[in-house]
Amino acid sequence: MSSIRSYIRANGMTSLLEVKDLVIKFALRTGEVTATNGVSFTLEKGERLGLVGESGAGKSVTGFSIINLISKPGYIASGEVNFLGEDLARVSDERIRSIRGNRISMIFQDPMMTLNPVLTIGTQMTETLHQHNPQMSKAEARAIALDKLRKVYIPSPEKRLGQYPHEFSGGMRQRIIIAIALLTDPELIIADEPTTALDVTIQAEIMELLMELCETEDMGLILITHDLAVVAQVTQNIAVMYAGSVVEKGPTAQVVADPQHPYTQGLIAALPQSSGHGERLNQIPGMMPTLKNIPPGCSFNPRCPHVMEVCKQQVPSLRSGKNSNLAACHLYPPEKDNPSAR
Amino acid sequence: MIAFMIRRLFQALIVIFIISVIGFAIKQSVGDPVRELTGISVSEEERVEFREKLGLNDPWYVQYGRFFGDAIQGDLGTSFFYKRPATEVILEKAPATLELVFVSSLIILLFSVPLGVFSAIKPDSLFSRALMGSSIVGVSIPVFLTAIMMVYLFSIKLSWLPSYGRGELVMLGGWGTGLLTLDGWLHILMPSVALSSIMLPLFIRLIRSEMMEVLESEYIKYAWAKGLTHRRVWFVHAFKNTLLPVITVGGVQLGVTIAFTILTETVFQWQGLGFMFMEAVERSDAPLLVAYLMFVGIVMVGVNTIVDLIYGLVNPTIRIAGVK
Amino acid sequence: MNRLDKFRQSFLWYSFKRDKVAIACLLVLLILVLTAIFAPLIAPYNPYDPEMIDIMNSEIPPAWEAEGGTEFLLGTDSQGRDMLSTMIYGMRISIIIGLGAVALQAVLGVLIGLFAGYHGGRLDAFFMRAADVQLSFSYLMVAIFMSAILQAVVGVAKFGEIAIPFLVLVIGLSQWPQYARTVRASVLAERKKEYVEAARVAGFTSSRIILDQIFPNTLSPILVLSTIQVANAVMSEAALSFLGLGMPIDRPSLGSLINSGFELIFSGAWWITALPGLLLVILVLSINMLGDFLRDVFNPKLYKG
Repeated sequence: MSSIRSYIRANGMTSLLEVKDLVIKFALRTGEVTATNGVSFTLEKGERLGLVGESGAGKSVTGFSIINLISKPGYIASGEVNFLGEDLARVSDERIRSIRGNRISMIFQDPMMTLNPVLTIGTQMTETLHQHNPQMSKAEARAIALDKLRKVYIPSPEKRLGQYPHEFSGGMRQRIIIAIALLTDPELIIADEPTTALDVTIQAEIMELLMELCETEDMGLILITHDLAVVAQVTQNIAVMYAGSVVEKGPTAQVVADPQHPYTQGLIAALPQSSGHGERLNQIPGMMPTLKNIPPGCSFNPRCPHVMEVCKQQVPSLRSGKNSNLAACHLYPPEKDNPSAR
Repeated sequence: MIAFMIRRLFQALIVIFIISVIGFAIKQSVGDPVRELTGISVSEEERVEFREKLGLNDPWYVQYGRFFGDAIQGDLGTSFFYKRPATEVILEKAPATLELVFVSSLIILLFSVPLGVFSAIKPDSLFSRALMGSSIVGVSIPVFLTAIMMVYLFSIKLSWLPSYGRGELVMLGGWGTGLLTLDGWLHILMPSVALSSIMLPLFIRLIRSEMMEVLESEYIKYAWAKGLTHRRVWFVHAFKNTLLPVITVGGVQLGVTIAFTILTETVFQWQGLGFMFMEAVERSDAPLLVAYLMFVGIVMVGVNTIVDLIYGLVNPTIRIAGVK
Repeated sequence: MNRLDKFRQSFLWYSFKRDKVAIACLLVLLILVLTAIFAPLIAPYNPYDPEMIDIMNSEIPPAWEAEGGTEFLLGTDSQGRDMLSTMIYGMRISIIIGLGAVALQAVLGVLIGLFAGYHGGRLDAFFMRAADVQLSFSYLMVAIFMSAILQAVVGVAKFGEIAIPFLVLVIGLSQWPQYARTVRASVLAERKKEYVEAARVAGFTSSRIILDQIFPNTLSPILVLSTIQVANAVMSEAALSFLGLGMPIDRPSLGSLINSGFELIFSGAWWITALPGLLLVILVLSINMLGDFLRDVFNPKLYKG
């Protein structure tokens, strides 16, 4: 993958998505809370990126901020979200609406809650098409909807179009949501924990389907999840988030095999298969701090096995570790002029 | 859906049965029909004979059977005061009340939906805040007080509007309507506004809170993520879901409205069922009271059943009421 | 930490301190309730004492009107009673009936809700159907009907004597489903939680679990509901009395006072209706606004309807 990236850079092409120093805040009654603190990552065309972290790490809010859809009282305080060179954090409402669901689609976490209970599947599919292509005829929209339903292997789609969400199982609904995401042939899909609410057996099916479709349709994918195993299966690159910041980035295989940041190391050590049969699972001691009381310095320092004095005072910037992974950790010497290491 | 409908209808029948038992009990305990029918100048023997003839010495269940059988045929006894069949009196008075309820429902519907929806989608606007503030004042003023204040202001002080009666009526078959003349409309204006004065703020608040709850939901967030316009998200995705609870509560509140017609009609001397009811109470006119109970009961059961069926039609996932 | 400190640190207290409207409402309500409690000490006259009433004094306007006098600050009613005193005593009756009725419906509804919700099954189904049916009839309609029938059966004079307990009973009985449904909903939510399961496994009896574990968790919806219900009960009482189906005119509540003055507004004696009306609205409004405040703070799931 890094070869594609260097090729694109060398040829001066814009990345599909470039998130730069994104700061998201929540204006609560009791004061402001920072949800993400300077998140940066890039995504090339057709690339699949995993955004990994515990719940509350700020990964979902980062995902939603890409289409400028953070629930109140959250807002983008600073930073850029460049989608093919256009900063979506600063475009008009009209413009962002023409991108949402059209060129960037989202897949939500819980398929049982995502579809509107009083509208048929057909309505919920064709309305997206009509919204983004006002001149499209009903028959055309219907044909496209049927085509996409077939792509996600929904049996007898003609009959299904007239049915309501409650007539489908959870796994089926998530397939439909994927089909809705595909309707307008988007360049990017943001999937926020798309399988957490599903049965384990169905999880793998859905993940496989999503990966297959991204490959055949050449779509970019941001997969937001807490499940490292899923990320390892599907994505090419990973960004690990902790308490509102990206703490490690790199090619998926390398991050999983040789993690550089102590937090990532802890995460991977905690995976069941990495500890031997019958041994205790390794846990990271302590809990992730809540957004209101993030400690000074490196936010991981109270839980870090390698904590040093500097960690309690200075926020570490991203820097190369022992391999090409970037890690925000004082264990490694800082780099002054690495453009992406910020 | 069919099973749902049958269950609903069955339940409605049980309730009507219970109402008829209550009606029968009232008939037995209020007033002495023999005296009402014969007057005081009748000897004791004649009175006993009369009791026998009317079947008043039969066991209660026989009497109830007779009562129920007559009721089904529309015979609810003869009003002591009017000396006419109670059903006839009821049917004569019903149009006045139904028109009053109709016009005030129209007012409620016309204002509560746009105002409730607006204050839900723009909760922080000055208008919404003012609306919420005045709505709580609105629900705190009793209907009869609103009515009296209106009479005082518009009839006594300003002499703009008539303070009582229905005005000029036009007969359509057996239905005397006031909605076809200007005079009729002038007369119905104040009573209908007074009748809607508590329900309107109640509905605005209900629609607002339901809509706000819906707007927080995941499927609305998803609708935004699909790039739909505000219009589509608010009026198709959100509003349709807001309707469901509003329909249910609306049915219940219609029952409350009927109670409020008694208050409104009393203030405006509106010659409808409510006014008739209060007169019947003062005159201890038991057959008329029972007839009113049966009529109102059946109307309410009917309305509730219809509301439930509409709910079933609007909601694709019919959840039987009570299991919200 | 004692209870007072705990309360001071609660979100309720925090929000209350910042809400000027809520503070004002509570103050107004406190003043009204204290006035009602100490009515015999505060009211300038005793409206129940026929010795103090002189029919010659009837329909005197309030002091600030041209024909008013300082003897009767808010004027007199058609029987020559001092309006201020009669209103204070009337408010006392309204509050007593309101609180009594709510206490009754709360006890009834909470008990039914707790047990039906916890045990489920046929009992639950029966009570919830009954609640459905009762809610589908307007409580006011039921109350009007019951009062009308009782009045017809026992006669107006006898009815006047038993009016207070009867109104408490009739308003109380017609509103229990509100509580039952609200409590049942929170019981159903609580019952699924682990601590209830743990208590059951530990061998506690179901009534112990309900009272010690589940009941405390239903308190905040009950509090919010009760506030609204007191306002409703006061309004219902006023409506019944206005129709002549509630408190008799020799022991008037605010509703019966408004009724007695209604005919007289045509002859210009507006104060006999307007002043008790205003007092009633202030009373109900302050309760309602406190209810709104509590609802915003606790944000419980209430049953609508």
